[in-house]
Amino acid sequence: MEILTSDFFQRALIGGILIGVTAPLMGLFLVLRRLSMIGDTLSHVSIAGVALGFIIGVYPLAVGLLFALAATFAIEKLRKAYKSYAELSIAIIMSGGVALASLFFSLETGPGINVEGYLFGSIYTLDDVDLLLIGIVTLIVLVAVGLHVKELFLITFDEDAAAVSGLPTRYFNMMISILTALVISVSIKIVGALLVSALLTIPAACSLVLARSFRQSVITVVVVAELAVIIGLIMAGVWNLAPGGTIVLLLIAMLLLLLTFRRRVT
Amino acid sequence: MNSLPMQQPFCHQNIIEVSNVSFAYQQKPVMEDISFAVQERDFVGLIGSNGAGKTTLLRMIVGLLKPDSGTIKLFGQTQNDFSGWNKIGYVPQKNSFNPLFPATVREVVMSGLYNRSKLFKRVSKADQLKCEEALHAMKIEDLAAKRIGELSGGQQQRAFLARALINNPALLILDEPTVGIDVETQQGFFHLIKHMHQHHNITFLMVSHDMDMIRSYLGDRPTRECGKLKLYVKHSHELEDCRETNLTHSLRELRELSDREKASVASWKS
Repeated sequence: MEILTSDFFQRALIGGILIGVTAPLMGLFLVLRRLSMIGDTLSHVSIAGVALGFIIGVYPLAVGLLFALAATFAIEKLRKAYKSYAELSIAIIMSGGVALASLFFSLETGPGINVEGYLFGSIYTLDDVDLLLIGIVTLIVLVAVGLHVKELFLITFDEDAAAVSGLPTRYFNMMISILTALVISVSIKIVGALLVSALLTIPAACSLVLARSFRQSVITVVVVAELAVIIGLIMAGVWNLAPGGTIVLLLIAMLLLLLTFRRRVT
Repeated sequence: MNSLPMQQPFCHQNIIEVSNVSFAYQQKPVMEDISFAVQERDFVGLIGSNGAGKTTLLRMIVGLLKPDSGTIKLFGQTQNDFSGWNKIGYVPQKNSFNPLFPATVREVVMSGLYNRSKLFKRVSKADQLKCEEALHAMKIEDLAAKRIGELSGGQQQRAFLARALINNPALLILDEPTVGIDVETQQGFFHLIKHMHQHHNITFLMVSHDMDMIRSYLGDRPTRECGKLKLYVKHSHELEDCRETNLTHSLRELRELSDREKASVASWKS
């Protein structure tokens, strides 16, 4: 039990709680726009950036972030080229990211990279710089979403209507992409690149079961994610389980519960 | 196109002016050199076979597509200079939203207010009132808290019309508003928009397949034909009426008028 009061666990908890707000929020917009797989894609590309960061000796999460940003622009470009097959561009960029990551990992000969830590998360190794970065990203996301929740709603629900209303849709699309890239690259250390997308999509899946209004769905995703992150971290700490995996399995358990419970109601 | 002489009544201002517009989808020409104008308080029915470019034309007018050549003016301004997008209500052909989308009818109707001038503003009391009036006018106030996907096709169409009306638009653009709606609801819908045309300062541009409705309200013959498109036009009142038009018709009045008419029809029948 003393793990719960330890310094590294407290840091993990703070980082987790912050990500538990931003990741599901951005995930909600992506899922509602039928872009669920973007989370996976960006995180896989980020891993390539992280690996490159280790090789060239630059703060890995920052390089990962640059890669994620580059990937969002590449996806947008490809999406325009294959208009009605948007998911194709996502699949291409994703495999490209993994290929690049494996290439970089093979180049690195020193003992430097903890590959596993980035694939499956290493929340207990969060240092002050990581936490500061997560804090800044959280602030940016909350300000941007708080300021433009109306417009983001309209663009998510009906992009044409948003354009006819004279809203700068390109600017907002770009904003969603950039915020998502930011959130994903800082989440990697917490749940791992392979599991990030769960934190984006499963809360949104829960909200589709529960919420009637958009307002409710925003609240639902954050509550669901926070419950999973906090309970998951405590369980993982007490029973010495993998934190990322525990959080994700808890999310899935909550979704299953919601689905079965709803079936009984209706 | 030269400008109209000054002594022309105010109501004959051109609301939409399409000049020499051509458009092609991947080198296949959809329309070539189309020109026409829609004047204030016209009701224009746009008819054409499949592929004649009706929807394309509407999408160009609202700025979702760019013409390959030619210009489109709205309220006398070119589209690039035009900033009064909140004066235009647009109801697209099919709202292909996901039926599970978590949004209530009220949230959808309210979103008609989210435009550039509202970018950094919160939703005010006045906005909420407008929303309630739009819901009321379309008789969907009872459905306001429902998820939009739970509504029937006709109810959804009303919700999207309410969204288009919430800004008190001067121009209403409807793309096949009654597709997939049962006949009875269709008639109610046409009654409603005819009513809006006659009693409110709204100019209509509507694509429709329903020739019965077009003929009964807009006449037997197209006023104009350009390319494969036929335009049926009806002006809503005599020219002299123009200046007296009450511009502040509220949506509330709309509902009251239609309720009153219905009541009189009902009492007359019994």
